[in-house]
Parts: sequence; C-alpha cells; structure tokens
Amino acid sequence: MSKQLTTEALERIYDQLAEVVDKAGPEKEALLLSKLCLLLAQQLGDEETIRECIDIAARDLS
Amino acid sequence: MTRPASRNSSLYFDYPHYPFVRPPELDGETIRHPVIIVGAGPVGVTAALELARHGIRSVVLDDKDSVNDGSRAICIARHSFEILQQLGLSDRFVNKALGWTHGTSYYRMQPVFRLEMPHSEDERFYPMYNIQQQFIEQFLIDKAMEEALIELRWQSRLEHIELHEDCAILTIDTPEGDYKTESEYVIAADGARSAVRKSLGLKLRGDAYEGKYVIVDIQMQSDYPTERRAFFDPPANPGSTVLVHKQPDNIWRVDYQLQDGEDEETALQEDNIRKRVGAIVDMIGEPGPWELEWWSLYKAYTLALDDYRHERVFFTGDAAHLVPIFGVRGLNSGFADAANIGWKLAYALKGNAPDALLDSYSPERRGATMEIFDNATKSTRFMTPPTRGYALMREAALSLSISQQFSRPLINPRQSQPYTYVDSPLTAFPERNAEFDSGPGAGSPLVNRRIGEDDYLLDHLGHGFSGLYFNKSGALPDDLDDLFSKLDTDSEPFTPIIISTVQLNRDDLTVLQDREERIFDFYGADDGTFYLVRPDRHITARWRGIQPDEVLQAFKQALGEQSS
Repeated sequence: MSKQLTTEALERIYDQLAEVVDKAGPEKEALLLSKLCLLLAQQLGDEETIRECIDIAARDLS
Repeated sequence: MTRPASRNSSLYFDYPHYPFVRPPELDGETIRHPVIIVGAGPVGVTAALELARHGIRSVVLDDKDSVNDGSRAICIARHSFEILQQLGLSDRFVNKALGWTHGTSYYRMQPVFRLEMPHSEDERFYPMYNIQQQFIEQFLIDKAMEEALIELRWQSRLEHIELHEDCAILTIDTPEGDYKTESEYVIAADGARSAVRKSLGLKLRGDAYEGKYVIVDIQMQSDYPTERRAFFDPPANPGSTVLVHKQPDNIWRVDYQLQDGEDEETALQEDNIRKRVGAIVDMIGEPGPWELEWWSLYKAYTLALDDYRHERVFFTGDAAHLVPIFGVRGLNSGFADAANIGWKLAYALKGNAPDALLDSYSPERRGATMEIFDNATKSTRFMTPPTRGYALMREAALSLSISQQFSRPLINPRQSQPYTYVDSPLTAFPERNAEFDSGPGAGSPLVNRRIGEDDYLLDHLGHGFSGLYFNKSGALPDDLDDLFSKLDTDSEPFTPIIISTVQLNRDDLTVLQDREERIFDFYGADDGTFYLVRPDRHITARWRGIQPDEVLQAFKQALGEQSS
C-alpha cells in the first residue's frame, strides 16, 4: 500500500461510504460494498496487494 | 439528575448554603449597575472575576441558594487553566484537580487508539484536568465573595428583561418580593434554559443527535491513573459504548450508551443502573466496592444563537450554545466566552474603547462555536452513529484498527483546542504574520514556555495589553519606550516583556533571559521581533522586525477603533 490518504480525505470517504450504505439499504449494502471492492481492485491493479488486503479485512471479525 | 432512593445527599460534597440578602432596590432605591450577570455558574462568575480584574463592578444573580447539584462538566483544558491563572485561581484548582495527558480507546477490549495530548516541560499546566463542576463553582464563588467589586445575589430569579436605548431594566423575583433594577450591560450566563434568552424571545438553532447516554458518578477506591478510557462494543455493554473518567475524591464518571431499542425509563431505574455499572466495574478489573452518587440521561445537541450580542445583552456558555460532551468543549468554551466579553466590556465601560469592540464578541466566540460544531459533529457521529451506514463504518474502522495503523485517526475523540481569532476584525497585519516560519500566529493564544524553576512566560502577562519584544543585540531601539507609553490607556497600563539572549540593564522592565534561544526559536523570533497580546492572551499581530506605527495601528484595531 504505497499511496497514503490524508486523515481528512479518509474522513470524507468514511462519511460518503456511510451515506451510500444508508441509501442502498440493509438488503443491498453487501452488494454495493462488494462492487466497490472489485472496482477498487481493478483500479489498484496489483493482485498481491489486493489479496493481502482481503486477508487483513477478514481478521478480527468477531 | 437522580440520587439513589436510600440517600438524598452527596457521598462526598457538602453543598454550601448562600443566604438571600435584601438588596437596596427592594426598599425603593433606583440603581443603575454597570454590568448585571444572570447566572452564578462557572461562566457567569468567571465573567464577574474578569470584570473585577479590570476594575469593573458587577452584580451576579442566581435563582439557586447553592452550587449546581450533581456533576456536570468534569474536564478543564489547559487554556481554561490559563484563564484561571490570570484570575489568581489556578493554585486552588491545581491542588484539587487530576491532571492527565492521554487516553485509550478499546474495541471489544483490544486497544485500538492511543490519545496523546501535547505536553512538555514548557507547560505550567497539564493539557487536561478532571474536577467536578461543584468544586469549580465553589472555588470561583469563594474568590468572588472576597472581591469587593462583585455582589452575588442568591435566590434572585430573573423574571423579565426590558431593553432601552441607554440601559436594560431587569425584573427580579426574590423570597421577599419583586424588584426592578437597571444595568448598562447584561451578561446572560444562565445556562441551557436561559431565562434571559426566553424573555427576549431568542431561540437556539441547530441539530439533535440520536444516541442517548446514561451518565453515572460512583465512588470507588482505585489506583488506576487518570486518563480517558473509551470502550466500543465491550462485553459489559454489547454494541454500545462506555466512557470512564477518574475524578477527585475517589469519584468515577461512567458514561454508557443505551443500546438500540432500549427503553429509556426502564434503563434509568436504580436496579438497572446498578446492574450495568456493576458489569462495567467488573469489566475494567476493579474489585470494588463501589457506591452510586447520582445518574442522569444525556442526549447530544449542537445548538447556538444566531448572534451572541443582542443590543446590551451578551450571551455566554450554555445560554449561547449547546455542544456535545464528547471532546469536552462545553465549559471550556464557556470560560473563553467569559474571558472574551470580560475585558471588552471593561474597556468599553471605562471609555478606553468604542462600542464597536463589543461587536467583535459574537464573531469571535460564535466562530469558535461553529468550529466546535464541525469537530463535535464528527466525534458525535462516531460516539452515537445516527444511521446504519455510520454504525457499519464505525465497526469497520474499529475492527481494522486492531491490526492497522492508518484507520486509527478515525477513532480520535478530537479533544477541545483553543480557538484562533485569525479572521476576527480585531486581528491585524496578516501580511506581517505571514513573514514567520513558526510560533503561534496572529489570532492564536500565546503558548507557554518555561523560564526557570516555577517560572513561565505566561506568568508575566499584565492585566491589559502585553507585548513580547525579542532582543539579541543588548540595546533596545530609542523609540521603544515612547511606543510602550503610547500603548498605555488611562486605566490599563501596557505590560512589556523583553525576551533577551544577553544581559540588559533595564530594571524598570520585565526582562526574561533566553540565553539558549529556546523562546526565540519557538516564537520564530529575530532581534527586534514583537508580539502584541490582548488581555485574553490572544495575539493581535506580530512583526519579525518591530514597526512602531503599525503596532499603534494594530492596537487601535484591537480596541475596535478602526476596521481592516
């Protein structure tokens, strides 16, 4: 993960995600977030990093 | 506020009783006071003390006969201590309050964020102190009672306020009947349900937040150090949040968020409070025993008046603005309100400044509220997520932060910071300010520096305007004394502070030795650098190399005599 976001940018993204999740509604939020992950993966274009991120996200779920 | 059914007094605090004293107005005298302050809470009494510091008499009215029952504010920030120091009160607060510098946030009991507040040996005060509001009020009132210029009138409830061109007429209800009294100016410091605000038909505007917290004080012996602990989704309150703060006299503040769909009335029953608090005490590993002091229900708001000045009336503290508790900005911004309006009213009443100076109160302090709202809205959204989307994002940030560094700033509680009056009409010469690479900028409060044993920069400030002049050459410019004398007003002398790297033979001036250039470096100073400082420690303007004509111009602007 090379490029770093500023805290301010991270906060703006946090808020936008919260709002778009609310708009999608509970039944469609998982679909929305999964689509977003695929899009970001395509943009990032680095399979190794993407797989690493998937592993990190899968941690501490319970 | 509710106490346990078995007890109707505090476990540790003796509430003082302040008697009603019959004022001359009840016997038909007509008096016009320079300032009447409505509300003897911490903000009102601080305003009275600030006025007295500048030689202005005031009357403080309060409908109660004691200090506030139950605790309200508990966190006082460093910049508030610097205000208390100027009132000659900080020693008593330092001796009682618990200073702290850091905090920890946990997600399901795993640490995910470490809050470190800026602190160093250059500071006289800790970044934050915990102390119950009733002690805060008592210390302030004790000081006010020693002060000949302050008259405290207890059991005196404001019924009505009427504004005239040259004064306000207040109708006061007392145990011995009503009376009318006149005042040139009024400071409304009468809290969230301000009677002054109601009487003038003014309304707070803003937002209310979803989440509800139960706030409980308990007495419990524990050696755990003073810090802020926040527990997200802990086993003792699944899905919700718990905050724990230590206070003096073995009192602990426990705030816990009601869970989704939890019934308010049921949650506030004493046996349910005991069950929840017991689980939290177990969770933090305390063996007990503990006893309940009181509890209450809290909801977050961001509400403010459109204008903090209404003709001859100035609104301060909760009467002007309600802010969420997360980030401890309520009382701390109230102290700053009191310090701000205090010196301005004093200068106007003594004829040292025009009415325009008083107009600067609202932009400066309402500006501070708006910045607080911006920060508080974010921290409140985190503490009480308003929707499913925010709740989900918060869980994601917390869960990631167990292993990842980058998401931890999202958990930052954004504690209270002093506000910068950079856009104020009183702040001058932004182009001179831009010549500096470091140091506090124009509009900011001065930052303390250690001079020696029990000796700090801010200890040397005067009652009126002060100035920091930096010297390296060992010789002061010829026109400096002349400039300093022009910065005196009839009743408020100017206080020059010379910071010098070399010996200076000027016994008539305060000279602080800075051989290692520590203050020089911090303030980005050169030989001849000058900072002009208001009575409330905020910087009016600063020059890398002093320009006497501009200093005089900035001084006039800081007194509202001309606008930029």
